[in-house]
Amino acid sequence: MLSPVILIPALLNGLLTGAVYALVALGLTLIYGVLHIINFAHGALLTAAMFAAYFAFKVLGIDPYLSVFIIAPLFFAVGYALQRFVIGLASHGEDRNMLLVTLGLAVVIENALLFGFRGDTRTIDVPYAFQTIDLGFTYLAVPRLVGFVAVFVVALILWLIMSLTDIGRAIRAVAKEKLGAQLSGIDVAHVYAVTFGLGTACVAVAACLLMPTYYVNPGAGNAFVLIAFTIVVLGGMGSVPGAVLGGLMIGVVESLSSLFLGDSLGQVGIFLIFIAVLLVRPQGLFGANA
Amino acid sequence: MSTRKIPLSRRQFIASTALGAAAAATGTIAMPSVLRAAGTPVKIGVLQPVTGPLSYSGTQGQLGAMLAIEEINAAGGIKALGGAQLDPMVGDAQSTPAGGTAEVEKMNAAGVSCIVGGYASGICLATTQAAARYDLPYVVDVGVADNIMTRGLKNTFRFGPGFGVIANAAIDNLIAINDAAGKAAKTVMIVHEDSLFGAGLAKLLNAKLPEKGFQVLETIAHPTPTRDFNTIVLKIKAQNPDLVIPANYYNEYVLLARTMQQQHVKPKGIYSVLGGAASSYKFVKEFPEAANGIMDCNHWFNPLSDKAQALKKKVEAKGQFFTYEVYLNYASIGLVADALERAASADRAKLIEALASSTWAGHIMPYGPTKFVDGQNQGAAPCGTQVQGNDIKVILPAKFADAKPKFPIT
Amino acid sequence: MKSFAPIALVIAVLTAVPLLVHSNVVLNFLVVALMIALAGQGWNILGGYGGQYSFGHAIFFGTGAYVTAILQVQYGINAWLAFGAGIVAGAAVGVVVGWLAFRAGLRGSYFALVTLAFAEVLRILASVAPITGAGVGTLVKLDLRFAALQFESRALFYWLILALVAVALVVTYAVERSRFGAWLTAVRENEDAARALGVDAVAVKLGAMVISGAITAAAGCFYVQYFLFVDSHIAYGAWISVEALLTPIIGGAGTIFGPLVGALVVKALGEGALLVTGQAPGLDLVVFGIVLIAVVGLSPRGIVGLRQQLGARFGSRRGAGEASRG
Repeated sequence: MLSPVILIPALLNGLLTGAVYALVALGLTLIYGVLHIINFAHGALLTAAMFAAYFAFKVLGIDPYLSVFIIAPLFFAVGYALQRFVIGLASHGEDRNMLLVTLGLAVVIENALLFGFRGDTRTIDVPYAFQTIDLGFTYLAVPRLVGFVAVFVVALILWLIMSLTDIGRAIRAVAKEKLGAQLSGIDVAHVYAVTFGLGTACVAVAACLLMPTYYVNPGAGNAFVLIAFTIVVLGGMGSVPGAVLGGLMIGVVESLSSLFLGDSLGQVGIFLIFIAVLLVRPQGLFGANA
Repeated sequence: MSTRKIPLSRRQFIASTALGAAAAATGTIAMPSVLRAAGTPVKIGVLQPVTGPLSYSGTQGQLGAMLAIEEINAAGGIKALGGAQLDPMVGDAQSTPAGGTAEVEKMNAAGVSCIVGGYASGICLATTQAAARYDLPYVVDVGVADNIMTRGLKNTFRFGPGFGVIANAAIDNLIAINDAAGKAAKTVMIVHEDSLFGAGLAKLLNAKLPEKGFQVLETIAHPTPTRDFNTIVLKIKAQNPDLVIPANYYNEYVLLARTMQQQHVKPKGIYSVLGGAASSYKFVKEFPEAANGIMDCNHWFNPLSDKAQALKKKVEAKGQFFTYEVYLNYASIGLVADALERAASADRAKLIEALASSTWAGHIMPYGPTKFVDGQNQGAAPCGTQVQGNDIKVILPAKFADAKPKFPIT
Repeated sequence: MKSFAPIALVIAVLTAVPLLVHSNVVLNFLVVALMIALAGQGWNILGGYGGQYSFGHAIFFGTGAYVTAILQVQYGINAWLAFGAGIVAGAAVGVVVGWLAFRAGLRGSYFALVTLAFAEVLRILASVAPITGAGVGTLVKLDLRFAALQFESRALFYWLILALVAVALVVTYAVERSRFGAWLTAVRENEDAARALGVDAVAVKLGAMVISGAITAAAGCFYVQYFLFVDSHIAYGAWISVEALLTPIIGGAGTIFGPLVGALVVKALGEGALLVTGQAPGLDLVVFGIVLIAVVGLSPRGIVGLRQQLGARFGSRRGAGEASRG
């Protein structure tokens, strides 16, 4: 059974799956790199964005690949406002309090969704959901290929923002030396909020790309959070290219370990790699010096 | 949800408070169960996990219980108790055993005569035992784990089938269907979730199918949730089994079915057990193409029962799907109401006695009259179902069937 | 805290509760709150005093729970002994995880994430290993005898968990006053400086991890005796890791009463929200979450810290919270 006939499709599949993981991780790593907090609300925000994409399709009839251009900016605004007016204010700038506030936010978002829309599992039925490209030895699902391309586009956009814009330079300055940035007149609260907004927008993109093939219910986003943490660590906390490479790598590892160890035990492989990386090279495989 | 709380009509309210006041005045309130004034509402605990990961099932279960209570009250309540109304006390188990236990304590303190629900086996194990402390009758609605019923708890009853019965029926049905099709399927692959029901089932299937001439090519376990089924489907494709046997929850089932469609994997048949989706109207409606021909062995209502069909229409009119949580809870409440009639008392001990000796035939499930041994309803059994023509038909047991199996489908 | 008197007083008051309150609803509520407090007390030693934030205290809770259950069910060992073994196992796991993590020099978020990953590995292993009952879980036989460490009365369970909480309070008090405690807080404030002063930071942190693991494991052992059932999600799930860190931080990390106050407040909040919102699934948790954020916003150093903070506010017009802003 481990002939190339199955090995190569499994590898390809790992890359496609990993791309979506990378998108979720991009937002997380950005927020971590600048604010140095582990955002517990990440999964809940992903769920919220998936609901937004779901209703955009069901109520307004907008395809997720189009609604992403509305939902991503919308979630940027949501993220900005959350950081500026909730997380920043309630946490008084202390890491441990940010932790609790994001945790509280996760509880609020998840249960507001439950209260509003019940626990039903919802799926959308787009015409291209089952379109595939025949490679002869395997089929590649079109929506997954779109996701694969999108992760590079999003990473490129992030990279351009970071290197070419003023706010990007400010974000990098704050990430590197907060106090110094503050002294040189940078509005740190604003930079934090923009970063959180960008991270949340990444999650919104991931949500729109997931909806054609995945489902949403009030807990759906949580399935991606632990894996995203793993990718963030693997790629180096705060590193955008690291998150992309880490995501693809974890996707392949997951696919292969599922092939060799089975799906239940296969997940252990991911976390063992995670632990090993932390113990041996905590700055991540692709991270700069710690 | 509109049916969350059944408000008493103003007249009922006045009547009950007036009676309560009268009872208090004469000092009988201290022993309400013994010297119950005729018509005093009977409190029933409706315990479901309506928040947390199980919230969908919990909400559906609550709906079923509430519909049953509504109907019983509208039909004149418990006649042996002077037309006493059932007064539901809803509780949220929060999808955890600890949450369920806290609710049992509250329900006991509020003086319920009986509790119905729990849904998940893990919750039921904790809640039945908490209720046992107070000799409080408890009817498990779903909770299929066999050890819920084998601990010798006198207060615990289960109207529906347990895991062992379901698994054996699943195997017998499969063999019957395959034999009728001239043993069309020889090789199988099992894809199961890795907790109680999936893992337990896979073990049983692996023990029994080879004896019956099937070859189990591979057994694949996966966790809940599983994000991606592509590797599993690749394995299925590589082995090309005649039959795929999935045993997992709805979300994973949807992903598996979608991925199989994407990868153009079409076995001769899909036979799921307690399948999250193959006996789900939601799945049939949303994925008619993927659903067509899928067989299942699962909880199912008696399709020949007019009451069941009427209830189905009612639930659908509310914009909800007619799922097993709904009719199992509906039936469990009916069981309690029947026992209250025969006990002619809301006293817990008498109710337990009435439940244990129950011979109720007026329900909507294909179980025959109830007969409890150590709390388990002996007639309880699952049905074999198949998706045919965008509807779900019962194909086995023949007594309740409304269609013939179509196998192989390709 | 200088004096032992407040601890003695709190324990005495809590001991008297079942004599005055007979409602099992209240007792069950308190039992669960104290169990969470105990898990939080374990976290507090390492996180509050040592500054090492663990996101994976389920490691200890789950190990305590499984060891207690498995020894009884699979090996027929007396429940009291199994309970003790569960605590020891928690400490032992603390040695292993602590040794790996601290020797590798993991701090801050890295330490937090490695604990999270360990908990997840254990959860997955427990969900497939035959000895834990895999997906089915392990059910302890109902046997309401003192010898089996199961009680008919909720009050006895209450006193058992209170006794454990009391021991943990005393341990915390002893740590706080000991030289070990001074080293531990030195490591929390500035590890490099502490090292320069000759403190063996790895050994100190390891010591804290062991005590921490033992205490949180005791909460897991208690869980099994109280609910008699454990599976991989209960034992090693994220819920208990979150509860174990939530309660001390809400109450006041690095204070003796922090976890206890935090657990009572958090659990009471949950019940209060349920009362306010009635039977609308999810709405109570929305209210709970909002109030939680508000509590954090109003008491940045925890509820126990709030008292000191209020004192400072009356003294000078600047609140302690604003000083650290930005």
